[in-house]
Amino acid sequence: MTDELYARLKAYEGQAAAASGVGKDPVNESMIRHWCEAMGDNNAAYAGPDAVAPPTMLQVWTMGGLSGHAGRTAAQDELFALLEGAGFTSVVATDCEQEYLRTLRPGNRITYDAVIECVSERKTTKLGTGYFITTRTDVRADGEPAGTHRFRVLKYAPRAREPKANRPRPVINRDNAGFWEKVAEHRLLIQRCGGCGTLRFPWLPGCGCCGSQDWDTVEASGSGSVFSYVVMHHPPFPAFDPPFAVGLIELAEGVRIVSSVVGVAHDKVRIGMPVELEFTSVDGEFELPVFRVVQGGAD
Amino acid sequence: MDRGLIGAGTALPPLTVPVTRTLIVAGAIASRDFQDVHHDAELAEQKGSPDIFMNILTTNGLVGRYVTDFFGEQALLRKVAIRLGAPNYPGDTMVLSGSIGAFDGTTAEVRVVGTNSLGNHVTGTVKVTLPGPARVREAEILPEAGA
Repeated sequence: MTDELYARLKAYEGQAAAASGVGKDPVNESMIRHWCEAMGDNNAAYAGPDAVAPPTMLQVWTMGGLSGHAGRTAAQDELFALLEGAGFTSVVATDCEQEYLRTLRPGNRITYDAVIECVSERKTTKLGTGYFITTRTDVRADGEPAGTHRFRVLKYAPRAREPKANRPRPVINRDNAGFWEKVAEHRLLIQRCGGCGTLRFPWLPGCGCCGSQDWDTVEASGSGSVFSYVVMHHPPFPAFDPPFAVGLIELAEGVRIVSSVVGVAHDKVRIGMPVELEFTSVDGEFELPVFRVVQGGAD
Repeated sequence: MDRGLIGAGTALPPLTVPVTRTLIVAGAIASRDFQDVHHDAELAEQKGSPDIFMNILTTNGLVGRYVTDFFGEQALLRKVAIRLGAPNYPGDTMVLSGSIGAFDGTTAEVRVVGTNSLGNHVTGTVKVTLPGPARVREAEILPEAGA
C-alpha cells in the first residue's frame, strides 16, 4: 500500500522549521534559578554572581511560551496542518539530543534556526499510528554558535478505544424464567422446596436436599452481607472496566448470590460488609439485582 | 569525598526522584512548556492519558543534573541525548542510574537509565568533560564487565 500522505510529508524534509527565531528572554538569572529549583539542581555553577546556565536549558531559551512561536515558518505550520487534517492530532516528544558548544551566561541573546530534518514512514506505536518528525535547531548566543538541539516528536492519531460492549445477557430458560420476570418488577425471589422447605438459589428444577420437584417462592427482604468477593484485574472483558469487585452476597434468608457490589471502591470491599439489594437497569434493556454497601459499612 | 579515579565501568550512585505533581508542573513551567498534558489532568484525560505526565525538558534537566551531581560543578556537559519510553505520571518514583561507558581521561560518556513503575522512562547517553584530574565525589568502581 502506498502512503500518499507520507509522500507529501516527505517533501518538507530539508525545509526550514524556524528562520531567524529570537529567544523571548535573554539568558537570565531568574529563569535559571526557577529551573534549578524545579530540577532540585544545587550545582554551585548555576548560582551566585558568576552563574552560568545549565546546558540542558538550551531548548528553554527558544520556547514560545503562552504567546507562541514567532520564528516558525509556513513550512512547519503546513506540515503540522497536513497531519492534523489527516487525523494525526496528538503529539508527544520522544527524543532529544543536544550538543553544547559554549557555556551560556546571563545576558546572552539567543537566536536560532531550525530545519525539518526527517519525517518517518507511518509507524504504529502503543499510543497509536503516526509519523516521527525530527527537527534540528541551531542555537546561537550573541550571534555565536552555542549548541544544536535535535528533537523528535511523534504526531499521531490516538488509538481508538474499543466501543463499549454490552454486558452479557442472562440466559433465560423454563427453569429460571420466573426469577427474571420478578427481577424486572424489582423483586428478588428465592425458591423454597415444597418437600422439605429448604431455600435454594439460583433457581433449579429440583431440591438439592430431598430431590422434590415441588417448590414455591419467598421474596428476599433485600438485606445481606458480603460473604466473599474477588477483584477482577485480568483478563479484561469489553463490557467491564477492571479492576472491579464481584461479590458473593449472603442474603438474610441464608442463600448466596453472585452479584456486583456498588457504592464502594473495588479495593474497599470487605467480607462481612452489610449490603442492601437494589436494581440497576442495563443498557436500557433489562434489570439486574446488585448490592449497595450500607453506609457505615465501608472502612 | 574524593575516593578514587574513575574509568569505564564506574557506576554512578542511583538518584531517586519522587515524581510529584508539583515536580511535573514546576518542571513544565520552568521550561516554558505550557502544553496542557503537563499541567491539566482533565485535558490530559481527554487526550487519552490517565493523568498529566512529565515533559521531555524536565527529564532532560534531571538527567543533566544527575550527571553533574556526580562529576561536580567543574564538569562541563558536552552532549545529552535521551529517548523517552514509559511516561512519568504523578505518584510514581523514577530511579536514575548510570555507568561510564567510555573514558579517555578527559571526556566521559555516561549511559543513563531512568526507570519507573511502568518500565524505562528514559534511556540516554551524556558526554561530560572533566577539569583536571578526574576525581569524583563518590565513585563506586565496578569491574569492566559489559563496559
